Amino acid sequence: MTTELYTGAEMVVKALSALDVKYVFGYPGGSVLDIYDAIFQQDDFEHILVRHEQAATHMADGYTRATGEVGVVLATSGPGATNCVTGIATAYMDSIPMVVLAGQVATTLIGDDAFQETDIIGCSRPIVKHSFNCRKLEDIPNIIAKAFYIANSGRPGPVVVELPKDLLIPEKKGKFAININVEMRSYNPTVTGHPKQIKKAAKLISEAKRLVVYSGGGIVIANASELLTELVETLDAPTTNTLMGLGGLSGTHDNFIGMLGMHGSLEANKAMANADVILALGARFDDRVTNNVKKFCPNAKIIHVDIDPTSISKTINAHVPIVGLVDIVIQQILDELKETNYRPDKETLKAWWAQINAWRAEKSFSYVPEEAGAKIKPQHVVESMYKITKGEAYVCSDVGQHQMFAAQYYPFAKPRQWINSGGLGTMGFGLPAAMGVKLAFPDKHVICITGDGSIQMNIQELSTCLQYNLPVVIVTLNNRSLGMVRQWQDMIYGGRHSSSYMESLPDFIKIAEAYGHVGIEINELSELDSKLEEAFAIKNRLVFVDVLVDEHEHVYPMQIKTGAVDDMWLKKGVKA
Amino acid sequence: MRRILAILLENEPGSLSRIVGLFSQRAFNIESLTVAPTEDNTLSRITIATRGDDRVLEQILKQVNKLIDVIKVTDLTDRQHVERELVLIKVLAMNDKSRTEVKRITDIFRGSIIDIGKQIYTIQLTGNADKINAFIETIGNETEIIESVRSGCVGIARGEKALRV
Repeated sequence: MTTELYTGAEMVVKALSALDVKYVFGYPGGSVLDIYDAIFQQDDFEHILVRHEQAATHMADGYTRATGEVGVVLATSGPGATNCVTGIATAYMDSIPMVVLAGQVATTLIGDDAFQETDIIGCSRPIVKHSFNCRKLEDIPNIIAKAFYIANSGRPGPVVVELPKDLLIPEKKGKFAININVEMRSYNPTVTGHPKQIKKAAKLISEAKRLVVYSGGGIVIANASELLTELVETLDAPTTNTLMGLGGLSGTHDNFIGMLGMHGSLEANKAMANADVILALGARFDDRVTNNVKKFCPNAKIIHVDIDPTSISKTINAHVPIVGLVDIVIQQILDELKETNYRPDKETLKAWWAQINAWRAEKSFSYVPEEAGAKIKPQHVVESMYKITKGEAYVCSDVGQHQMFAAQYYPFAKPRQWINSGGLGTMGFGLPAAMGVKLAFPDKHVICITGDGSIQMNIQELSTCLQYNLPVVIVTLNNRSLGMVRQWQDMIYGGRHSSSYMESLPDFIKIAEAYGHVGIEINELSELDSKLEEAFAIKNRLVFVDVLVDEHEHVYPMQIKTGAVDDMWLKKGVKA
Repeated sequence: MRRILAILLENEPGSLSRIVGLFSQRAFNIESLTVAPTEDNTLSRITIATRGDDRVLEQILKQVNKLIDVIKVTDLTDRQHVERELVLIKVLAMNDKSRTEVKRITDIFRGSIIDIGKQIYTIQLTGNADKINAFIETIGNETEIIESVRSGCVGIARGEKALRV
């Protein structure tokens, strides 16, 4: 009897198949050509050739955010690997599971400054959940299995696997063995909340007079949206979502009081500031939420549920810390409330809601409509997209004003519908992310909302869209400037627009057409709805919609620097 | 306040760099760091002396624990423990008077002279950081220190308590 022997490259491919990978996003190069040769000879998964490795990471990332499956990236050594760094950091900040397979020069050359050699393990160390050097052929399958397990368990995150060339070549072969049920003595994330803490939390919630549920991206990652909704309805609690948590509770739910934080709603930030108990679920008190931590919700008792112990009491001290998976912990809290026969005090709750509704009535997400003949307001474009897509589209955003307008004016009914780089704020994320989503859901509307700055950071991917038939709808809110930079310069830097103009913008319509797509230009308000409808009616071709919008528009509300969570500008010159 | 942390981790390539990287990335202080494999050579043990208030220390412990390679981490300063550091120090011993004095001070601190050159004595001393600081100061007042090297502290809990897999 002979045991079949495999090359390292074949082992990589076999391991990915064993882990049910459907897509690998990547770009070939010298050190990984053997893997590409092995991919050519298999049918288990498809390789998507991007035009820049950064886009491969964002595309994998978008695919993951929409589906929950681990995204896989393949890049060559040196520049291929370093081009992935921004995408790895993006995934790291938003806790997105990703496995990046990076080529490396042969082990005999490592350390010699060989051609296309970089220490990618070193480069990526601060922005990965973990990383592996492969140094033995037979280790490859189990290292890849471990990488998947680590990426997708506990608090998810990116894992880099470095594969030296001499482990992949046809001359070297070994036995293939993989154990996909990984166990590690050094890594066992806590999943269940401590029962004593659950009791404490339930008691605090029961005694609260002004409770706010503050939920974040953890709800989306843990698929805990239904449980969150059940909890919110049981408590009849006002609920705010972070930018990353939008859709966790439906944006149209009666208990939803809007996004909180820097550009959050008045009612969300006011409710937080006035709360006596805050139930934080899968959120991490980011500085874009808290504003000045010293002034943050001084009268609130904080219950903080998170899978990552380091997130708890990092910036804001938690009175009741609970480490665990947020879906399991919510279920535990629900069970405890049931057991103690919890009923919210109707009168207290009514008074609290009356106060919140008074803040709500100020309609902090609103803008002055366009005067006749004036340029289109960016908010108006988002509202139109919402109507035309019936609120059901996947909306992938780049970074800047358009991102905030989308978050404010497109209420997301479901989790995973809103896809943006919240933590790192990566311009250039939107288009490749949208491509990843479209690949997973070819029959759904997938929008890339972007700006004239962001779109140019990965515009080369229009070529990938043609190759793989990814007809996303790109909507560029074109204000001929770096809008958010310009807004800060207007508000904080005396109106000095240093390098925030995008002079000599290209003709985006011609660019779209040159790449084989459809371009639609919108200049007049009167044609906004009809042309957007036209764009969304085209199903089989990518449409690039270039909307000329008012460059003077600012995103409001906006927290005032160094202030409390509810110290904010409601509009120009008007404080809350 | 000064803290002594003991860390047990997988003896894998790169695990030390993850610890060091974490401390610099998050602006945590490292006063000293020692590392070596344990009797089970799949494991390494690190002792780190650091400074920080309770809040910083809590983050350090959590962040270190979060590293995938780390199996256990503990703050030895929380309880009864033994802390030791080794110093090797070369001093000038030019004449009889200075040789006698160096020998006397070394004896008082219960160190030992481990090498003698024409004009130089090499002394070995163990103890906690305070004792070693005091010795260096005393010997420095008596003669010229040519060179010194400190190991950084290692520590272990007293009694039954043990850091093991």
